[in-house]
Amino acid sequence: MAGLIVRRFFQLILLLIGISFLVFTSMYIAPGDPAAIIAGPTATKSDIDAIREDLGLNDPFLVQYVRYISGVLHGDLGYSYQTKQPVWEAIMTRFPNTLNLAIASIMVAVIIGVVAGIISAIRQNSWLDVSSTVFALAGISIPNFWLGTVLILIFAVNLQILPVGGLDHPFYTVEGMKQLILPAITLGTGSAAMIARMSRSSMLEVIRADFIRTARAKGLKERTVIWVHALRNAMIPVITVIGLNFGFLLGGTIITEQVFAINGVGRLMVQAIAARDFPMVQGSVLLVATLFVLVNLIVDIIYVFIDPRISYD
Amino acid sequence: METGAVAKTDGTPVLVRKKKEKMYVTTLKRLLKNKLAVVGLIIIIIQILMAIFAPWIATHDPVKQNLAESELPIFSDGHWLGTDNYGRDMWSRIVYGARVSLVVGIVSVSLGLAGGVLLGLLAGYYKKLDGLIMRIVDLLFAFPGILLAMLIIAILGTGLVNVAIAISIWSIPTCARIVRGSVLSIKNREYILAMKALGASNARIIFKHILPNCLAPIIVFATMRMATAILSTASLSYLGLGAQPPTPEWGAMIAAGQDFMWTSPHMTVVPGIAIMLVVFAFNVVGDGLRDALDPNMDLNN
Repeated sequence: MAGLIVRRFFQLILLLIGISFLVFTSMYIAPGDPAAIIAGPTATKSDIDAIREDLGLNDPFLVQYVRYISGVLHGDLGYSYQTKQPVWEAIMTRFPNTLNLAIASIMVAVIIGVVAGIISAIRQNSWLDVSSTVFALAGISIPNFWLGTVLILIFAVNLQILPVGGLDHPFYTVEGMKQLILPAITLGTGSAAMIARMSRSSMLEVIRADFIRTARAKGLKERTVIWVHALRNAMIPVITVIGLNFGFLLGGTIITEQVFAINGVGRLMVQAIAARDFPMVQGSVLLVATLFVLVNLIVDIIYVFIDPRISYD
Repeated sequence: METGAVAKTDGTPVLVRKKKEKMYVTTLKRLLKNKLAVVGLIIIIIQILMAIFAPWIATHDPVKQNLAESELPIFSDGHWLGTDNYGRDMWSRIVYGARVSLVVGIVSVSLGLAGGVLLGLLAGYYKKLDGLIMRIVDLLFAFPGILLAMLIIAILGTGLVNVAIAISIWSIPTCARIVRGSVLSIKNREYILAMKALGASNARIIFKHILPNCLAPIIVFATMRMATAILSTASLSYLGLGAQPPTPEWGAMIAAGQDFMWTSPHMTVVPGIAIMLVVFAFNVVGDGLRDALDPNMDLNN
């Protein structure tokens, strides 16, 4: 177990180096001279040259990369071209919103997905099963930005019971929860669909296993059999799907934040891409990718804990 | 495969095998037994027809503004899907939008397939390349969802062409992993070893004998990927990173409609339904193909 964690940890570091290298290189080869962008349209050539020298843009590529990385390790991601604000600061003020949204969505996805999947499995071919299958199919086909818009249309514009957007109250307050409901449903639906499909097929497989027959034979209540014995084993593949979906949701926040005008990292990224604000793009992409691989690592480790049969040797 | 009669020199047949169905005929027959897949196929065919015959199907010029008739609701006279805030006919914009999404989808999926299949074949067949290629693929997998496409757009700049390129690059790692998996399972079969023993070149073995046997998963991947590509194009255009106005693109139409949600909800609802139907169609056909191409699948079950 300890060996696994150590080995995974080294792989993680290699992967992070790869990610940072890729992100840095892509911004390096992107057209447009950063010095000219910072200097503005009225700058003279000597102004631009001075800025370039100042930022060390004349140094060899690898020197610049190493300097960037050591900056990252010290919490320095450079300065935004647009607002001149430190990138780290800009990201960190918005990151809580993104995290809140992602966590709320994964909760929606897991609750709806697992419950729908299990009910489908234990009542196979009933109308509940059919409707849950249809829901799963629709869930992966609905563009989430459109679902968000339609939810706003129904609950904010017509019924006027939930706010149109924004996220400026803490999530534990009533206002904050009201603001999170629609975005979380919007973002969580696609993942709920995938989790439902996985839970259903996994549960169907487990229900037919010998140990479930044994559990029933020794007279356990059906509820105990399903929710204690079967669920625990059926959840193993589901956990992978949940882990994968958490990453998926991190990517999805980019769009959902735009729909609900939530000031998160995703919205920051979209604005930065449109404005070609490279340090900002670099910083936010780096953050999301790092988080994603960290989550994957945690999922892998949890996996071994739940199912001792799995080993990565 | 059609097997002719094996004839003696004098022309009398000694062995006549029953003419076998071609593989794609069998697959199509199995696919047509799946009701959802049939619905999906019909939607896809409608989209293709709309895309090809757009100038004849559209009732108006999709980009021509007519401020006198702006924001007409659904089922208005002459504009059965209404008009947008510039008085442009929604139906015509939807029809031309079908063309945009289909073209971007096909271009990005084919480019992605070309790259992914090649890398997958190389990684699966040559052990020396495997480590390197798969580490690069792993690295690309570290960017969740649409993030990789967005990183590429950040480099190339916004616009539909760059969206197509970005989505194609984003498709490469998944495709490479799928193809590599099939190659690994095939390359040690006896008929491949026999080809090697006969002195066939590596290129011949890879493209004439291994590739055709990996086609089933590639076809399924391509179909499912069309759904992702169309959805992503719409998403990126919605974010303002793809199609630029006045291009009639479904995602961009939704973005434009959001400002008029209070007065003209049809501006957001209609293009969303179009996207949903098409994405649904490619997903169910992909699902159906997966079952139909699997020779072990029992259709009666």
